[in-house]
Amino acid sequence: MTKTPNRRGFLLSGAVIGAGALVSACTSNEPAAQPSAAAAAPTAAAAAGGNDQPGTQVTIGFSAPAADHGWIAAIAKNAEAAAKQYSDVVFKPVEPTNDINQQISAVESLIQAKVDVLVLLPNDGQQLNQVARQAMDAGIPVVNLDRVFPDKLSYRTWIGGDNYGMGVAAGHYIGKALKEKGVTNPVIVEIQGIATLPLTQDRSKGFADALKSYGFSVTAKQDAQFTVESGTEVTANLLQAHKKIDAIWNHDDDQGIGVLAAIKEAGRDEFIMVGGAGSANAMREIQSGSGVLAATVTYSPTMASSAIKLARLIAQGKGMSDLTENQVPQSVTLASETITKDNVATYLPLGFES
Amino acid sequence: MLTEATPTNVARKPFLGRIGEVPHLGLVAALVLLAIVGLVTRPENFATSSNLVSILALASTIGVITVGMTFVIIGGGIDLSVGAVMALSSVWATTLATQSYGPAVMILCAVLVGTGAGLVNGFLVSYGRMVPFIATLAMLVAARGLAQRMSGQRTQLVQQANSAIVELSTTRVLGLPLLVYVFALVVVLGWILLNRTTFGRRTYAVGGNPEAARLAGIDVRRHTMLLYGLSGLCCGIAAVLIMARTTTGSSTHGDLYELDAIAAVIIGGTLLSGGRGTIIGSILGLLIFTVITNLFILNGLNTSDQLIAKGLIIVVAVLMQRRGALTGT
Repeated sequence: MTKTPNRRGFLLSGAVIGAGALVSACTSNEPAAQPSAAAAAPTAAAAAGGNDQPGTQVTIGFSAPAADHGWIAAIAKNAEAAAKQYSDVVFKPVEPTNDINQQISAVESLIQAKVDVLVLLPNDGQQLNQVARQAMDAGIPVVNLDRVFPDKLSYRTWIGGDNYGMGVAAGHYIGKALKEKGVTNPVIVEIQGIATLPLTQDRSKGFADALKSYGFSVTAKQDAQFTVESGTEVTANLLQAHKKIDAIWNHDDDQGIGVLAAIKEAGRDEFIMVGGAGSANAMREIQSGSGVLAATVTYSPTMASSAIKLARLIAQGKGMSDLTENQVPQSVTLASETITKDNVATYLPLGFES
Repeated sequence: MLTEATPTNVARKPFLGRIGEVPHLGLVAALVLLAIVGLVTRPENFATSSNLVSILALASTIGVITVGMTFVIIGGGIDLSVGAVMALSSVWATTLATQSYGPAVMILCAVLVGTGAGLVNGFLVSYGRMVPFIATLAMLVAARGLAQRMSGQRTQLVQQANSAIVELSTTRVLGLPLLVYVFALVVVLGWILLNRTTFGRRTYAVGGNPEAARLAGIDVRRHTMLLYGLSGLCCGIAAVLIMARTTTGSSTHGDLYELDAIAAVIIGGTLLSGGRGTIIGSILGLLIFTVITNLFILNGLNTSDQLIAKGLIIVVAVLMQRRGALTGT
């Protein structure tokens, strides 16, 4: 995938500039699920339990892949923004990279710097398992973000999204909508992301399983590359293959821009479309109600903000104040929420720019 | 003219001999075969006018790039940076600053950025004496990086005020989107430039035998630089088309286009070593690729199978050409 590791060097600077400009505009927080889900406004800081009160000073190391996609860019931005909210947090990010080797040595450098806690979004959970284990063995708790390490000894807490649940949410939305319309034997088209990724397979399975409960099945599915251009190309062809479609689920809102462009170009509007991830752009499209996009199911990069908050609590030895336990749970799976015209206003501030 | 005609004719003789025989015939036969497959497997979808229009529209962006690539490869070079340069042009043309000047400036910007990057490639190759593979590889990496930096890894939407650009894709004249006409125009102009002008003859001469071309009085360096500039120009035009089709400028556009464009040129019968080749062949090669993608999606097959099929076609095409070239000479 990374044919040119060198170009990643450019990314950091770009990401930093981008993040810097946007931190103030777009600080996102977890909704109710987290105790410290106070809005960015300082007035709301007195949320449940006082966990947001300054405590022991902690250094949080952070490593994530380089941003070549709106979602990953939002991860880095959200993590930094969350860390800035706390006076007792020293945020120590390393240069983002898509090269496994570089990420391993970056994490090693954080271990050597003896950070108090690590937040890791690995390029590949399998391949970074070893180095995460080293950190844990050295007494540094690891908060594993999204892509899971296979070995439970390699992380203290996992927080991430629910790919299967995303498919289920999309399937329920489409299933319900088509049942209400009274459509029998509908043509349902699925536009996937990169087909070889387990996350794509999970999403796809959830979608099929949820549709099955309505007696429906996917008529055709095709994979794209999570890029705008691939979305356009695949959709242009799919629209030719199916002259009448009842519903489309597109796994990813970034590539969704291209999907919508192809739909507009073909002048088709006989179906409903559901997106995935929850980009600000998709939300604006849903809000305007002018196109086929009726809903999107979230896979929110706000999980990075929450990961930083969890890392801070772990390092300070605190639990989540809404829960009974004295320590942070071992795993937190975010629910995939369905954004429609009715609730889009509440989600817009959480949307990420693609 | 006369003095120049001698070396170019020598270089072109085998190609002229082949033009009516093996390669184009093989390509057309392959296209016909694919069309038959389409008619048999999806009779109700494949031969519809909207599907054929869709295939042409899909081929347009990379088709324009393929024209530029054909020139570079006939001239004995290679341009690995095309996809990245197209991405950079699309990003530069869709920044807020550029967009504030309106669609005409956006198009001009894309074309200038593309041409500029191409000329830098050409300068490095001809005057810097760098191997084309390395010089354009460097441009690939750098242009992609610059595009990412300029866009901050964001997808930049073409604003409502500049929707004239998007209309290239949505407006249809005689049933075809405007961008297909742009593609056709580039092909025709490219064909004329290659086959009916001194510039074209020199391109064959420079690619066939640079030393002989130099002795015949051609400024080989300057010509080489212009060839890369031409390829960059094509990338700039392609950037306008991709902006029209996707309504965005993005650093992710054109990923691996260089490989598709090179493959199309090679399948089309152009020698990678330079000196021989045709634009029509390249376009046929590209159409074969586009039709395969279309057929696979119409039949609901996945991308992995598409890639296998494309790989096989490259091998078969090159093997057939070698046979053709041997029997031809």
